[in-house]
Amino acid sequence: MSVVLILVVAAPLLGAAMLLLPGIADRAARLVGVGASAATLIGAVVLACGFDRGRGMQFETDVSWAPSLGLRFHLGIDGISLPLLLLSALLTLLVAVHSLWNIPPGGDSRAFVALFLLLETGTLGTFAALDLILFFLFFEVVLVPMYFLINRWGSPGERGPASYKFILYTLLGSAVMLLGFLLIQAETGTFDMVELADRHGAGMSHGVQVLAFLAIGLGLAVKVPMWPLHTWLPDAHTAAPTAGSVLLAGVLLKMGTYGLIRIAVPMLPEGAETFAPYLAAFGVVGIVYGSLVCLALLRDPDGDLKRIIAYSSVGHMGFALLGIATLTPQGINGALFVNIGHGLITGLLFFLAGAVKDRHDTALLGRLGGGMYGRTPRLGALVAFGAVAGLGLPGLAGFWGELLAMYGAYEPAAGLSTAGYRTFLALAGLGTVLTAAYMLGLVRRLCMGPAGEAPTGRPEVDVTGREVVVWTPLVALTLLAGLWPATVLAITDPAVRALMGGS
Amino acid sequence: MSMSTAATATLAVTKVDAPTIEYGKLSPILIIAGVAVVGVLIEAFLPRPARYRAQLTVALVGMIAAFGAVVWLARDLPDDHRGSVTAMGAVAVDGPSLFLQGTLLLIGIASVLLIGERRLEPAGGDAFAPQAAAAPGSQQEKDAAAAGWTQTEVYPLTMFSLVGMLLFPAANDLLMMFVALEILSLPLYLLCGLARRHRLLSQEAALKYFLLGAFSSAFFLFGVAMLYGYSGSVSLDKIGVASAGAMDNDALLLIGLAMVAVGLLFKVGAVPFHSWTPDVYQGAPTPITGFMAAATKVAAFGAMMRFFYVALPGMRWDWRPVMIGVAIVTMVAGAIIAITQTDVKRLLAYSSIAHAGFILTGMIAMSDAGVSSTMFYLVAYGFVTLGAFAVVTLVRDARGEATHLSHWAGLGRRSPLVAGVFALFLLAFAGIPLTSGFSGKFAVFQAAARGGAGSLVVVGVLCSAVAAFFYVRVIVLMFFSEPKVDGPTVVVPSVMTTAAIALGVAVTVVLGILPQPVLDLADKAALFVH
Repeated sequence: MSVVLILVVAAPLLGAAMLLLPGIADRAARLVGVGASAATLIGAVVLACGFDRGRGMQFETDVSWAPSLGLRFHLGIDGISLPLLLLSALLTLLVAVHSLWNIPPGGDSRAFVALFLLLETGTLGTFAALDLILFFLFFEVVLVPMYFLINRWGSPGERGPASYKFILYTLLGSAVMLLGFLLIQAETGTFDMVELADRHGAGMSHGVQVLAFLAIGLGLAVKVPMWPLHTWLPDAHTAAPTAGSVLLAGVLLKMGTYGLIRIAVPMLPEGAETFAPYLAAFGVVGIVYGSLVCLALLRDPDGDLKRIIAYSSVGHMGFALLGIATLTPQGINGALFVNIGHGLITGLLFFLAGAVKDRHDTALLGRLGGGMYGRTPRLGALVAFGAVAGLGLPGLAGFWGELLAMYGAYEPAAGLSTAGYRTFLALAGLGTVLTAAYMLGLVRRLCMGPAGEAPTGRPEVDVTGREVVVWTPLVALTLLAGLWPATVLAITDPAVRALMGGS
Repeated sequence: MSMSTAATATLAVTKVDAPTIEYGKLSPILIIAGVAVVGVLIEAFLPRPARYRAQLTVALVGMIAAFGAVVWLARDLPDDHRGSVTAMGAVAVDGPSLFLQGTLLLIGIASVLLIGERRLEPAGGDAFAPQAAAAPGSQQEKDAAAAGWTQTEVYPLTMFSLVGMLLFPAANDLLMMFVALEILSLPLYLLCGLARRHRLLSQEAALKYFLLGAFSSAFFLFGVAMLYGYSGSVSLDKIGVASAGAMDNDALLLIGLAMVAVGLLFKVGAVPFHSWTPDVYQGAPTPITGFMAAATKVAAFGAMMRFFYVALPGMRWDWRPVMIGVAIVTMVAGAIIAITQTDVKRLLAYSSIAHAGFILTGMIAMSDAGVSSTMFYLVAYGFVTLGAFAVVTLVRDARGEATHLSHWAGLGRRSPLVAGVFALFLLAFAGIPLTSGFSGKFAVFQAAARGGAGSLVVVGVLCSAVAAFFYVRVIVLMFFSEPKVDGPTVVVPSVMTTAAIALGVAVTVVLGILPQPVLDLADKAALFVH
């Protein structure tokens, strides 16, 4: 079975390699994209079916690669990585299907498809890697295709600076992260993530752990993104094409929180204890800040719909950070749930924003006007659905993660200040209110009001059959995860508890 | 009494024993020296049309034979991989010598293939001036070009330079090291001035290189004299013994050490002795730039490691902090100045400066892992550099090579293969995983971290990130910008340049994905003979 995991990681890469063959036509290239990502998703589902919740790491492959450098090719998944693996595979497939009909101008669609397939290999590999250097390797593989996607297919005028900012932030971030990995290896003599997690920091002095956590945490915090390192995200999102935004929000951002959960917290417990309050504080600032910015953008006629969704991501990821920073199983489960929920909901929202932008040639609120319910009722209903899911309405996927994160903050792990965390809890609660305010405000701005003329003057189409195909899985899974959270929690919880060393 | 002592001394001096030299152990160097001499004879006695073929054949066959000799000597190394000294202690035949000599010969083969390329100039001929003695722009020059002359002195010159390079990392006494330094440098000064196009730029480069190079050689020689004054010997071993117990700040030793280091740092292009690099890299004929950038670094780092590891290990507390400073400044300056460059050759020059810093990082580790990782890096870097300059020779417009970066815009749409290969080399320079650049950087940083030079690793990793940014920017320029209307074209080369580029690609990919065999080889070869 471990071969299946390797195939899952390699399938998109093979697809991308196929596109290098000469003589592949535009249409065929898009179909290759769908085929490769569908094969990947099928493989991931096979893995999920064969997954045994009671056992820890599964489908492991561990081969020596370059012993002189201490490199190993070590893959495997457990309950923490499996949901993210499935989410990434699903979102990439949806993007591939979306790209059958929508590739923004920018030239060669072969390159477009090849790049997002390469991106998929990078993300899946990141979630499956069990060796620090292999993790770093896949982490890096993600950067370059994303940079190209923004730089070439992004919206003109914004894409240049946005892509530079993206690559500078993330390259420097991962460089710092690599330093942390080297430090861990210099102290413990191994890059093996399973072994390091089992040791729980044994063999590293307090100072080393603090330093390593600082380096690794900084690198990952850029990716999360944690306030105040988030400034690349709104620009990148606003400039990126729809496919890029969906993958950026749905998949790339998860790599940061995943890294914190998989690497920083279990391997460097003393470092985590030192920095957890700061992490929580920055997370909470992110929640409040993100929603305040969204409120301001909502009032601004030049407010961009995609920028609002991007800032809402900063807020949601703040909940994930708060959950992780509690260092409790509840909090970390919550963070994982936020990841899944955010991936589904924000993925859907970016698809919707892309659809709105395609119909109106703009995503500026001032020019979009309102009245979507009147002109395109189905699209309006979906926007409203995405918005209420985003504000964390109970019964939808956004709710459980935030609840669990806040629940964890009520009773943080031993050694952390309960009073402090309850303050954070209160602020996060304020954040949820603000989130509700701007999400509902967004619905009012976009959907309600007199129907009027379409801003472009063209007749508008409501949701098309193609769009239904792409969006239905996201809507359905948002409902499923909201109504029956055990689908996710039953998988993540045993793994989180095993990782935390508790029972 | 004193009379008789003096007489015995005189007698002893007159009774000089002939030095015993094991010619077999020197065979790689001797073969190439022979090839160079034969090359001069070919120039003298063969008719002009026959020279090109003869020179090329002799050089390639000679280098392959010398490589065979290196392999043969390496097999004869004792099991503990310690080598021996030969030529009365002047030359060391040990792991590092043989490893680096093998690397140099492979780089030499690829370079001669580039130098021999004659398909790229539309009017025929190679990258070198038809008549180097003719003043640029003169009637004489035009006549020579019209007559379709080509010069073949470049081959013996390259071979002489290669002799020096082979000897440089193997030299076990400072005098031999100086001789090797001069043998490798003087032909290079000449070669730099021989470009067919942009001759004034080329001659300026040659003059600059010569003046600064001569200056640095003087520093080196003065340093040698100081060290001789301190230890009474030019042998690295004896200096090592003498300096091992140096407790007090002996001015002769410290000044000598510093001056020799200046000479060596100049050759590798480390900051603050780097200022010649961009001008010379830009002005020299591109095949020579490739040869110089790849091979000189290998040879000079080999010599530098031997100097510090054999002669001055006892002084490490004195020289290490300084070298750490040099490495940091080199990495930072190289990476940051490279961002502002608009010419491909200058960009590669600054990137070579940054890489000199990365290689220094490995050397400073002062361990076997430091030696082996440095040697591995040199192999990886040498072939990437050579390949990158080979690609530069292909991108041309009416005025010769189009080296301005703006001309490279959209190259990926016109010739995806060439742009793809260049992108691979850039990614390797940037140290992106799965290329040789990553394995090399990883190895040196790991060695440095274990050797207690953590600060270097931090700066190194951050500089790699900065550097990666501008390499990626060039890739974007090539693939994602609109091609210029009157942009350059990619000339289809003969099999020789193709082979050199293919070798570069193969080494880059193989060392990136499966570095272990070469790492093993470097590990085994990491012991200096004492």
